Amino acid sequence: MGDGTNIIEVENLSKSFGDFKAVDGITFQVKAGEIFAFLGPNGAGKTTTIKMLTTLLNPSGGRIRLDGHDAATDKDAVRRAFGIVFQDASLDDELTAWENMELHAVLYGVPSGELRTRVTEMLRFVDLVDRKDSLVKTFSGGMKRRLEIARGLLHKPKVLFLDEPTVGLDPQTRNHIWDYIQQLKRQEGITVFLTTHYMEEADRVAGRVAIIDHGKIVVQDTPGALKASTETASLEEAFIKLTGHGIRPEEASGGDRMRQMRKLWRR
Amino acid sequence: MRVLHILWLRQLKRYFRSRARIIGSLGQPLLFLLALGFGLGPMYKKAGGGSYLQFLAPGVIAMGVLFTAMFSGIEVIWDKQFGFLKETLVAPVSRLAIMVGRTLGGATVATVQGLIVLALSLIIGFRPASLGLFPLAMVFLFLIALLFTALGTALASVLDDMQGFQLIMNFLVMPLFFLSGALFPLNDAPGPLALLARIDPLCYGVDGLRGTLTGASQFPLGLDLAVLLLLTAAFLALGSRLFSRIQI
Repeated sequence: MGDGTNIIEVENLSKSFGDFKAVDGITFQVKAGEIFAFLGPNGAGKTTTIKMLTTLLNPSGGRIRLDGHDAATDKDAVRRAFGIVFQDASLDDELTAWENMELHAVLYGVPSGELRTRVTEMLRFVDLVDRKDSLVKTFSGGMKRRLEIARGLLHKPKVLFLDEPTVGLDPQTRNHIWDYIQQLKRQEGITVFLTTHYMEEADRVAGRVAIIDHGKIVVQDTPGALKASTETASLEEAFIKLTGHGIRPEEASGGDRMRQMRKLWRR
Repeated sequence: MRVLHILWLRQLKRYFRSRARIIGSLGQPLLFLLALGFGLGPMYKKAGGGSYLQFLAPGVIAMGVLFTAMFSGIEVIWDKQFGFLKETLVAPVSRLAIMVGRTLGGATVATVQGLIVLALSLIIGFRPASLGLFPLAMVFLFLIALLFTALGTALASVLDDMQGFQLIMNFLVMPLFFLSGALFPLNDAPGPLALLARIDPLCYGVDGLRGTLTGASQFPLGLDLAVLLLLTAAFLALGSRLFSRIQI
């Protein structure tokens, strides 16, 4: 644990799309230096919450403070304070690993003098130094993820957001990624806010867990306390007990359709 | 400044790395030059118009620029869907800088494309009247590029996926091109057509390009330049306004 101060404070946060309340008045705090897992079924409001926390989406109501800055009025200070690994890839495939990192460094105002050493250092951290000049489109899913983690850390953020960082990766890579993240917490005291569908992963790494369903936070506690209070043996069982057995509908996103289109377009 | 430069550079790298796209997008202008230039050429000459290729080439160059520029702008939708846009939008950089950087990059790419079409038309037999006005022709080329990249960016900012793309191609880009006077002289065109051409921004681009390259233009070059400058500024303002409102 860090020094006990709250690095993320969310108060009564809401987001509506028309009549639909994606996020409905949630309140929670994340302490500096902790690994906080934000869990919930599909469509529960996880990604909407992350988008609001990272200034991509304006809330319909409520307040967000990140590292002491208000996310509504002081966007740039908030943006400097966090790094993010998005749920879906956000690298430029047509650029090399190095160029992606360089672009990020420039966007975040890393001084030219430090750029080279910082980028090299981060690429070394995720074992991608020897692939720095390869185009990202030649990378495997796991390599892209590692590169995104390195990029998210490049500007030395205080908070790292990980939106389902291990989805679609093989067990080896998933393990690797959690090792990186735990190493970061130990060495840099970075705060990690993550979402995942793999309950055993959350159980393993998270200090505290919040479960969100239908836009509301159902419960927040340590994994241990959650299992104890629901009288279950694993976080997964606790999760199902709290959110029910029903399967959540999931719409095909515009992205899926576009991916098809792009294949046709780019010869 | 560093931010503008790196985003500009990104567009250039993407362009020069996809050879297939460069070659692919040259096919259409080449076809227009060859099929129309040589196909309609004899008829045009018989009608007393002189060399059709001389008339057509600036129009086809403008077409190459228009298509590439609109496409560069529309690419924002892809970045929106495939995530790279998020990377720029969460960065502590003003949206204006992001929009201007990538628009300048797209416009540079479109200008290069225009120059390649110009080179092709020179090979086919197009002969510029004077080299003195060549720098001004470059200005026109770049203004057309900038104007339509900004327009593409503005449209892409309000569209969420590629469903709207066909709409834009068929109901905006194609009419912009066909009504611009790129393919036929406007001075003998029927009234309504001539009127439509006058509200087509590309018309002034084609005319400026034709004036500087061949010496024959419909409007005074100063008017062409003024209209293009004004519209480019307007579309840049509109584009950055819409772009800065993007929420994902």
